[in-house]
Amino acid sequence: MEAAENTLEVSVWRGGEDGEYQTFQVPAQENQTILDVVSWIQQYADPTLTYRFACRVGMCGSCAMMVNGKPRWTCRTHVKKATEGADKIEIAPLRNLPVIKDLAADMDPFFDKWVKAGAVHHPTRTRDDAIETITPDEPGRVEAAKAIECINCSVCYAGCDTVANNPDYLGPAALQRAWTLYNDAKDADRQAILDNVSGVGGCHNCHTQGSCTMYCPNELDPLSAIAGLKRVTAQNFFKRKG
Amino acid sequence: MIRPHRTHPLWYAYMAHRLSGLALVLFLPAHFYVLGLALTDMAAFDGFMTFASHPLVKLAEFGLVFLLAIHIFGGLRLLALEFLPWSAPQKTLAAATVAVAFLLSGTFFLQAV
Repeated sequence: MEAAENTLEVSVWRGGEDGEYQTFQVPAQENQTILDVVSWIQQYADPTLTYRFACRVGMCGSCAMMVNGKPRWTCRTHVKKATEGADKIEIAPLRNLPVIKDLAADMDPFFDKWVKAGAVHHPTRTRDDAIETITPDEPGRVEAAKAIECINCSVCYAGCDTVANNPDYLGPAALQRAWTLYNDAKDADRQAILDNVSGVGGCHNCHTQGSCTMYCPNELDPLSAIAGLKRVTAQNFFKRKG
Repeated sequence: MIRPHRTHPLWYAYMAHRLSGLALVLFLPAHFYVLGLALTDMAAFDGFMTFASHPLVKLAEFGLVFLLAIHIFGGLRLLALEFLPWSAPQKTLAAATVAVAFLLSGTFFLQAV
């Protein structure tokens, strides 16, 4: 590979919540991801830079950051895609989460809400029973299959303005998980799922802004999953009244 | 300034719906008050009607009807999005059908008046 002549001007968030941006000059390459840029800074400019990554191939969901104001999985985001023609890159920790240091956000609130959304399987059978056969073309299975590729990267959570305005809101990922479980024929307590997602901070807080679906790196559709939850909780409300 | 993560059509649709709703909240009390004048104070009502025939007020009325249209169709959009589990192309077709129907009937109406 030829040595790059050009450099990128990269502003990186340093410190905690009250930190500030620090600018680095990073050699530009023809093929370069945002994670490559961050790694270059840590290896050649400032070894104290804190950030998080693991697999580098878009499977683990640990490297998400805000790049030029948009949530991105940095390992699969090409510099040219993220800059959208601009000549500067601004990299910050994920939005809507506490900052630990530099580019590492505290993911605890995000994962706590998965638990709060009741994303727990309620079995229909014991280990002594045969496994229930589910064919791939069953409607419930088709609906559930849409969301099982979620990698818990929190990109949707960082892009959501409803999360930003309401700290109790469960967020797109946790609600999408609940919708997946609701459609699982092997789940014995769908009412518990609906109760968990229809209270304070539940699916009805969603303002249908669609940033979750817009930015999901795996091209999942939490917006439609949340719409599904709204639909069944509404039906459930009238059924219970009747 | 609109922050970068908000620059997509669904977010704009959300904001248009919200702002048109707020504007209508401000407008409707005045609207009902003026309508109420027709029952309680005919002279004041006629005075307002003279004022309302001014071209600038007509222009403002266009704005109000526009806000109302944005809010109605924004609401229909939300209902379709959340309560009709259709695929995206089906929804696009349905929206296109409504738009064409609205255009044709609107043209017919304009020719009639």
